[in-house]
Amino acid sequence: MSTVDIDIQSAADAHGHDDHHDHHEQGFFEKYVFSLDHKVIAKQFLITGILWAFIGGLLSAIFRVQLAFPDADLTFMKPLLGDWIDAQGKMDTEFYLAAVTMHGTIMVFFVLTAGLSGTFSNFLIPLQIGARDMASGFMNMLSYWFFFLAGVIMLISLFISTGPASGGWVIYPPLSALPQAMSGSGLGMTLWLTSMAFFIVSTLLGGINYITTVINLRTEGLSFSKLPLTIWAFFLTAVIGLLSFPVLLSAALLLIFDRSFGTSFYLSQIYIGGEALPNVGGSPLLFQHLFWFLGHPEVYIVLLPALGITSEIISTNARKPIFGYRAMIGSMIGIGFLSFIVWAHHMFVSGMNPFLGSVFMFLTLIIAVPSAVKTFNYLTTLWRGNLVFTPAMLFSIGLVSLFISGGVTGIVLGNSAIDIQLHDTYFVVAHFHLVMGSASFFGMMAGVYHWFPKMFGRMMNEKLGYVHFWFTFIGVYMVFFPMHYIGIAGFPRRYYSFTNFDAFSTFTDLQIVISVAAFITLAAQFIFAFNFFFSIFKGKLAPLNPWRSNTLEWTTPRLPGHGNWPGKIPTVYRWPYDYSKPGSKEDFIPQHIPFSQTPESNTDMENELGKLEEEEKKDLGKSSESH
Amino acid sequence: MAALLLISGVVFLVAILALIYRIFTLVSIAKGSTKQRVSSSNKINAILFPVLFVVGFGAIFIYSGIASENFLPAAASAHGSETDFLFWLTMAIIGVAFFATHLLLFWFPFKYQFKESRSAYFQPHNDTLEIIWTVVPAVVMTGLVLSGWMVWTDITSPAPKESVAIEIMGKQFNWEVRYSGKDGELGKHNFRKIDGTNSMGIDFRDPKSIDDFIARDIHLPKGQPVLLKIRARDVLHSVFMPHFRVKMDAVPGMPTQFWFTPIKTTAEMREELSKDPAWQKIDPDTGEPRYKNFNYELACTEVCGSGHFAMRKVIIVDEPADFNKWYNEQDSWASKNKDYLSSIGINLDLADNQ
Repeated sequence: MSTVDIDIQSAADAHGHDDHHDHHEQGFFEKYVFSLDHKVIAKQFLITGILWAFIGGLLSAIFRVQLAFPDADLTFMKPLLGDWIDAQGKMDTEFYLAAVTMHGTIMVFFVLTAGLSGTFSNFLIPLQIGARDMASGFMNMLSYWFFFLAGVIMLISLFISTGPASGGWVIYPPLSALPQAMSGSGLGMTLWLTSMAFFIVSTLLGGINYITTVINLRTEGLSFSKLPLTIWAFFLTAVIGLLSFPVLLSAALLLIFDRSFGTSFYLSQIYIGGEALPNVGGSPLLFQHLFWFLGHPEVYIVLLPALGITSEIISTNARKPIFGYRAMIGSMIGIGFLSFIVWAHHMFVSGMNPFLGSVFMFLTLIIAVPSAVKTFNYLTTLWRGNLVFTPAMLFSIGLVSLFISGGVTGIVLGNSAIDIQLHDTYFVVAHFHLVMGSASFFGMMAGVYHWFPKMFGRMMNEKLGYVHFWFTFIGVYMVFFPMHYIGIAGFPRRYYSFTNFDAFSTFTDLQIVISVAAFITLAAQFIFAFNFFFSIFKGKLAPLNPWRSNTLEWTTPRLPGHGNWPGKIPTVYRWPYDYSKPGSKEDFIPQHIPFSQTPESNTDMENELGKLEEEEKKDLGKSSESH
Repeated sequence: MAALLLISGVVFLVAILALIYRIFTLVSIAKGSTKQRVSSSNKINAILFPVLFVVGFGAIFIYSGIASENFLPAAASAHGSETDFLFWLTMAIIGVAFFATHLLLFWFPFKYQFKESRSAYFQPHNDTLEIIWTVVPAVVMTGLVLSGWMVWTDITSPAPKESVAIEIMGKQFNWEVRYSGKDGELGKHNFRKIDGTNSMGIDFRDPKSIDDFIARDIHLPKGQPVLLKIRARDVLHSVFMPHFRVKMDAVPGMPTQFWFTPIKTTAEMREELSKDPAWQKIDPDTGEPRYKNFNYELACTEVCGSGHFAMRKVIIVDEPADFNKWYNEQDSWASKNKDYLSSIGINLDLADNQ
């Protein structure tokens, strides 16, 4: 790939005399473990996230075996699962629920929140806004290590004899509050809550940092109206997280009180294990309100960064400006705001006042409008583009497809009258796995393929990337699309087997198809893992700007050191989407190229701006002479 | 041994991938494709999108027909046909949107794949288009919200006075169902009165409780509104009657309710299903056609522990006359458990006289 780049000159020059940067040698621990450098922290988040993704994926494979082959002898899983497989080769029913619960928790929080936001917000915010590092490198380091600690605790909970938390990732009390109700609600739940408390601390530390950095450390000339959409997405995500995660912490805290100190926030009039509990006056619905006040914004915390990443990648590889930049920002702000006032659509049939259901149905369906706007803007960006299919581009197009197919069913579920039948069925499972799980996962993969050269200075293998994409894309559709049918047939989620009911005794073949597709899709992720880890060490050396992209990170050296730019931080003059601008020789003009250098492609207004730039430069020159 | 096999398999796989990787790299160097902006893979990827579109939508189209055999039969409740209509209406709208957007999404990659000679169309925004695709979804959504809201309001309106009230209590891991008996009123209950015998915690100091009866199967009269008074004794459960399109959580400490009108008896449903080829198939367990043993069912849809997947109860819808006959034949729980009642200090004969 050629790297004819208008700005390489300056970067290369700067590279020659960056001696003012080689301060004291850092030790291994300082450099790779307790690093304050946002790029290293980003990689820590990414690699931890990838490892968690495999654990989460493996858990899903375990329960997919049970769902596809409810009558099979599962003794072969005994080496892995031990006593969770009984002497008859049957999986323990509580372990099944534990696997489902941990799969959800791990994927939502550890992979798609920490792995996605943690990686790309950390990596891209300073690089794309022209900052030396995050506002607080120390808080940033703490953010990762709190996440790590949360991970260690969650991992331990997988191996204790009473099993990990098993009441579903939503941990509704009283089930999660009472060890008498299921064994996973004992120590496993305690560890879950402890882990999540640390996780929330990590998210908040990260979020405060992202917001502060974006507001304060933008380079000269980079106004909010020139920010790449990635940064807009990360910024809004951090704001949403900062407002909603504390609510989850309070929900968890009250649950801890109920579990350990005999309070009755969520418990009332319960008879269990042969005795009536003393708790009265609590409400399980209170927990649901608090949980979903985070839980719903969480969907967008997971999704928005993926949408930001794809906006950037699609525009770059379509060689075309993102269509409707301002509309994209507007719809993200709209989605971010609305995400706070739709939470109770998870609770239409929870026993909540039906009038509240009407209000939340109305608010929920409004959120379809900004989502539709985003979709149409993506499509129009592709229209009459000049599309280069890098693996990142493929995953981005995949995301748009999944965002549509998962998003449209939200219109069905958001309608409270229809939700009566579909609530907690596989229709819901299909919906959120497509729109939130797979779409965000595709965004994450797109981001990895796209920014790998900047992270590790080497290229990933494209061909393996293509194979990975097509396996995964077709795979996730084979897994999640059929679940709509099962959901329409009324199959409830979190069922160990469906053989007890006549109504749910059908679709046994389809369950097998889904499971086999899931195994293949999971196996295909090893192609990625291989490509990723192999390319870190053996990949082709990356050119400075492999995708001929406009944003600032591609003006840094191949492997940016501490401080990112060896010399002066570039000044930004234009928006990040000047691709294929009429008149321009190249099909991209990076953000730091002044209008005065591109008279051939300027509009009249931009020519004026160019003149102003010249004058400012002269003024600056004069004032520096006078010093 | 198995572990060894697994490890060697993984090593083998990695070796193969490494080899493929190496070959790809060498081939691309030999071809000199590194000089071009895009490699020949670009074309292959561009073609795969429309191919996937045809294959994918073909599969969806064909399989949807097959799968519909296994969908639930037409709704057996009055409101069910309305929500079903709304569901299929919404599905049709989103189906069109899904198809149309994917047509473009999977066609554009082919049509606008990279060509050195062409340059992309510089088009940062178009306000007219933005307004159109903000307003059109907004209008469609408004229509859907209003129709959904009207149906929802009807369903959740207060139950008619003449409703047959039935108490359903979820517990780990089954359902218990109480009818109000001859007085037509359910007696009080209290979770502190629950014990091994009185599993629903019926308060027998309330005279209305004396004639209440607990049924094994749920019997419902056809054509009469039924009010389910739902509660849970330990953790959350959820009453799901898929054939009636009924669902409502059972919450400890907070009674909930749902009312609906069954419109088809079990016998009528069997009769209807006997015309359906999918239901004419012989059930290997009974040796009879499936429709003969059709039953309405009650399931739990809120995860409640290890037995969550097995909380089944059979629902039988009778003609009103048959229902009344069945209802009047039932003995009250109190009359069947006189010993228990005297043990808690209630003499049934005295209570009868009050």
